[in-house]
Amino acid sequence: MCNIKDKVAIIGMGCTKFGELWDKSVDDLIIDATFEACEDAGVELKDIQAAWLGTVFSGHTALSLSSPLKLKYIPVTRVENMCATGTEALRGAVYAVASGACEIALAVGVEKLKDTGWTGVQPTNVLGRSTMGTSGIEVSLSPPAMFSTLALGYFKKYKIDLEEGKILLAKIAVKNHHNGSMNPKAHFQNEITVEQVLRSPIVAWPLSLLDCCGVSDGAAAAIVTRADLAKNFREDPIYIKSIAICVGPYLDLLTQGYDFAHVEENVRAAEIAYRESGIENPLKELSLAEVHDCFTIHEMVIYEDLGWSPRGMAKEDIEAGTFTLKGELPVNTDGGLKCFGHPLGASGLRMQYEIYKQLQGKAGIRQVKNPRLGLIHNLGGAVWGGIACICITGNERG
Amino acid sequence: MVGITSYGIYVPPYRLSRNEIARAWNIKSLGGERSVARYDEDSLTMAVDAAFDCINNCTEKVDGLFFASTTSPYREKQTAAIISSVLDLPRETRTADFTDSLRSATIALNSAVDAIKNGTAQNIVVVASDCRIGAVKSQSEQLFGDGSVALAIGKNNVIATIEGSYSTFSEILDSWRIEKNSFVQSWEERFVFTEGCVRTIELLISKIMERYKLNLTELTKIIFYGPDNKSHAQLSKRLGFELQSQIQETKFELFGNMGTAALPLMLVAFLEEAHPNNRILVANYGDGGDALILKTTEQINRFQKKRNINSFLMRKKYISYERYLTWRELVPLEEPRRPESKPPSVSCIWRDRKSIFALYGNRCKQCGTIHYPPQRICVTCQSKDKFEDYKLSDKKGKISNYAIDYLTSEREVPAIIGVVDFEEGGRIMCEITECEPSEIKVDMPVEMCFRKLGDKGGIYNYFWKARPLFL
Repeated sequence: MCNIKDKVAIIGMGCTKFGELWDKSVDDLIIDATFEACEDAGVELKDIQAAWLGTVFSGHTALSLSSPLKLKYIPVTRVENMCATGTEALRGAVYAVASGACEIALAVGVEKLKDTGWTGVQPTNVLGRSTMGTSGIEVSLSPPAMFSTLALGYFKKYKIDLEEGKILLAKIAVKNHHNGSMNPKAHFQNEITVEQVLRSPIVAWPLSLLDCCGVSDGAAAAIVTRADLAKNFREDPIYIKSIAICVGPYLDLLTQGYDFAHVEENVRAAEIAYRESGIENPLKELSLAEVHDCFTIHEMVIYEDLGWSPRGMAKEDIEAGTFTLKGELPVNTDGGLKCFGHPLGASGLRMQYEIYKQLQGKAGIRQVKNPRLGLIHNLGGAVWGGIACICITGNERG
Repeated sequence: MVGITSYGIYVPPYRLSRNEIARAWNIKSLGGERSVARYDEDSLTMAVDAAFDCINNCTEKVDGLFFASTTSPYREKQTAAIISSVLDLPRETRTADFTDSLRSATIALNSAVDAIKNGTAQNIVVVASDCRIGAVKSQSEQLFGDGSVALAIGKNNVIATIEGSYSTFSEILDSWRIEKNSFVQSWEERFVFTEGCVRTIELLISKIMERYKLNLTELTKIIFYGPDNKSHAQLSKRLGFELQSQIQETKFELFGNMGTAALPLMLVAFLEEAHPNNRILVANYGDGGDALILKTTEQINRFQKKRNINSFLMRKKYISYERYLTWRELVPLEEPRRPESKPPSVSCIWRDRKSIFALYGNRCKQCGTIHYPPQRICVTCQSKDKFEDYKLSDKKGKISNYAIDYLTSEREVPAIIGVVDFEEGGRIMCEITECEPSEIKVDMPVEMCFRKLGDKGGIYNYFWKARPLFL
């Protein structure tokens, strides 16, 4: 059976503090995240047999990884898949180990956005067309503007008036800041209130500044090995249950009818991931999740896309506190993109770092009770044609 | 007989009150208001609008396009060819630019008449368009206006025949602009007027009347150029026209002096209200002058247009002087803290010319799905290379979703980006122009318009945007 479930385990992870790291270079971030992962796994650089670097803007080739780490004559690959880049790097390492091509592989995700001097990140070249030549007619849309179309579509479809909708979104921001306030690695570690979110300036109507994630620098790394070898390295390895990357044909801007109230790639990625990991009732079976809360409206839509809230009912779950730290399915327990910012290449692995620590019972005051299975989710590209990825991990080998 | 077979006009919706300019500088206001091209418009894009309007009312196929302007976007490169691509005219269409002179429109018109008389063309659209910039704080800044007028010249279904012409040239530096200047320069007002405009118009009128043995009482209207309303009135008096009703008014107080399009606009204003068998004299000025005798036909009664001068008066929106300065790039602004976009690649534009200029998408012959931009594999049925061309430029649509983007490198913040669903199928995401953030609504009806996205690397980048449906 074609299935990655329980074939590979994560034996070590590292994650830098995220933030405006003026005194750190890309190389510093790579080195700091990798060494934390190596120490955690009890391996040395020379033990790594293959490596993957995930970065969107902060490096171009495998040399961006091999040179700072002084990796010696091993296969190294740089991958890029927009916001799914970090998980794409992990997928490369996991599949390599599962194939038997190597036993110990490294995945590193890094991004340094704060050296550009820009506000926000670069407008997305959504179709990922070559930047070497363009006819220059592509619509330039900032990420918040792109996700604001989801808010407009969702509120319209489910007849939520603007004021009520903005409060619901604000509650998501407040929840994630609450979690982030307990995390020393987060960029923002402050609690915020619904009123503060509502008062913050509009960035892309109806999204306000505090509906948006920050712009940060950061890196995270994972070391993986075959599941049957994992216990040689540590008592509590974390097993890969599924890695789904799901990319659409850009249907929704080519044809009429898209409701702008869901993301099809999210839905499909979840179906694939639940099938691969054997999950039937995600809300019950998952212990916690880290999802792509680049903008609060996306987290709201994810609750439904990933099958946790029935369609149009995310509102009820937000109000019931279903996704708070003490709720039925805690979401973004580390503070999410909202508090970590979104250094694109690093985010997927940063989310995995939180799940990894939670599943090992090492999340400190944010610790979720008796976790078994955790999920991470990213969406790259556009809401109308995206790259969705989901990775599910567990602390028991099935 | 050769004559005018159709006409079209375009005036941007934006108006700048002359009192607003006077307020900014504490100077005397000339009164009234002027039209202002948005920052995404220029003489080329306005010409596209007027030419579409003109062609929509043409009964004959167009086989020539002449562009007349003093403000062509490129110093070296033909504008008429770009306009013809946008209008999707056949490749064998005769194209020419008539530039640099304020009377370019009548020079082009005379050339069109000659070509049709010779039988080398059947129906030529002459489109005059200008977006001249007067020096900040100058009288020209108040006086000038932006806009475009198109006149189709042909043999069939003529609404006004062209019965005769007289042309002269003169050498005088009255108003001019050198390569490195963006502002129109002019010499001392009294000299310019009396030795330039007055002398030429007087000569034109007397010569053409003499040539065609006409007397004043045979003329329903006299349409002549004057740089501003005061001069125009003085000139009427000097010419001995006592009857105000015989003189076509300028429209300067409503739109401003639209350069090469100024006299054609007066002509259109006349044609909109003309009856059959009205004989008129037209006299244009600029480096000499052109006079024409026209006579309306029975056909004029059947010529009905939705977009007329009045409809352009109705859709006006006022802007502040500061906004005007920003649009014309007359004040240096802080660079946006956003990455700069790269200059377009010429080979990319060339490869996609059909979809960029004439807004062609394609339709799957297998399942009917309409795609923009054109695709090779159908997004619905995955069939390969089974497509037919499908033009979207003339299709009306509705906004199905939109974003108001404050994080944009556009000249004005916020930018509005919309998803447009065409009535007959197909979808495009593009900028919404001529629309304030408070005006955009889901389901708002829109139409497509050709606009300038910007210039990078010495290349003007043109493409389509949507705007609120106008008539």
